[in-house]
Amino acid sequence: MMSSEFFTTWFLPGIWVTVQVTVYAAALGAAVSFAIGLARGSRYWIVRFVAGIYFEVFRGMSALVLMFWMFFALPLFGWQLVPMWAGVSALGLTYGAYGSEIVRGSLAAVAPAQKEAGVALNFTRLQRLRLIELPQAWPEMVPPFNNLLIELLKGTALVSVITVADMTFAGNLVRLGTNETTPVYTLLLVLYFVLAFLITRGMRLLERRAKAGVGQLPEKPGGTTRTAGGTTRTSGGSTRTSDARGEHLPAGSRSAAGGTA
Amino acid sequence: MNWDWNVVDDFMPRFWDGVLVTLQALAVGTLIAFALGLVWALAQRSGRVWVRWPVVAVTEFIRNTPLLVQLFFLFYVVPNFGLSMSPLTTGIVGLGLHYSTYTAEVYRAGIDGVPAGQWEAATALSLSKGRTWRVVILPQAIRRVVPPLGNYVIAMLKDSPMIATIGAFDMLGEAQTFSNETFTTEALTVVGVAFVVIAYPASLLIRALERRLVR
Repeated sequence: MMSSEFFTTWFLPGIWVTVQVTVYAAALGAAVSFAIGLARGSRYWIVRFVAGIYFEVFRGMSALVLMFWMFFALPLFGWQLVPMWAGVSALGLTYGAYGSEIVRGSLAAVAPAQKEAGVALNFTRLQRLRLIELPQAWPEMVPPFNNLLIELLKGTALVSVITVADMTFAGNLVRLGTNETTPVYTLLLVLYFVLAFLITRGMRLLERRAKAGVGQLPEKPGGTTRTAGGTTRTSGGSTRTSDARGEHLPAGSRSAAGGTA
Repeated sequence: MNWDWNVVDDFMPRFWDGVLVTLQALAVGTLIAFALGLVWALAQRSGRVWVRWPVVAVTEFIRNTPLLVQLFFLFYVVPNFGLSMSPLTTGIVGLGLHYSTYTAEVYRAGIDGVPAGQWEAATALSLSKGRTWRVVILPQAIRRVVPPLGNYVIAMLKDSPMIATIGAFDMLGEAQTFSNETFTTEALTVVGVAFVVIAYPASLLIRALERRLVR
């Protein structure tokens, strides 16, 4: 059997790298999701158009191919990326495209009357977004984003092929050193499953808070709009989420399967 | 920037070889995923706990672990148990198995989406269990599952380059070896563009299907 020494010298640091890559890519992905998601709902056609191109290109792109390209091809354009950052940016840029569909869809699903109410109150565009639309879209966004995070965690295994020493890389290394293929890859699968399980558990808390009631929304919106949103919120439910689906994507569609059907 | 169209020309024959392998993996992988997914979905609805529980456990495990590691597992571990497969076969089995757990969810949702009244009507007409499924439930469920299943085909297309990591010469595998031999990057770029060029019309097609089938 594989000795515990291998675990502490290779797998433990690997787990830490996997966690790091996940966190960084999730942060980048979230930023891209909101930027592109909001831009795709812009009033200006040129902004919508550019964001639309981003969405189509990065949604159609294979994350692994993009990662290879960033690692091997980008240097020839004069841009050398450390393996870790090539991996993180490839993951963040692709998953950000999926996430933008979640943001766009859930914002589009906010009842039109709510936006009109904001107009009637003479709110600026930014105020409507911050006080009315985002707080109401938030509970719709959380579950698909959680699925996306699990997909991202699994996607981080790809960074091993561009020599980032994550869990998968550690596994391959130990396999080469010990020839203990069965325990190594079984352990690897179990580790990913446990991480995914932990994320699911942690995120369920967030989900419950988001669903619990508008009073506990993380955005802390202004008092009046909060209650205004609250009444329509509960009825929205599953039918609306079908809009917030990340197409083409295991993650989004996992919950979306329920939404569409 | 040093883009050289001659390098692209040199790469083209191998690019088409890679496209062929990718499409092969995609076609067979899709068949496996669609068929096996239905098996999972039906087994998960089984009244027998000893059928339902293991299937749920296995599909959840497969769905929550990375395809890449599953491919390594299939390629390096499974031969220890006396079943060796070529890289391409391993890749196809891996893709099909991985995505069958997703399609199972799609089928499940599609079947759950059939209104309860339809089940009751079948009971009222005293249709047998087999006939109820064949004539009443599945025809209605299929309309709902076509668009999400199509999305998974595109997702599979985008995950298919992973089979290059176990030595199958798909689009990425060809580009990678070509780039290594020639110290150029045009091949990788061509393959990247190819994915977008294939995926975009496919997504338009699915959107059109969705509009037609699901209202």
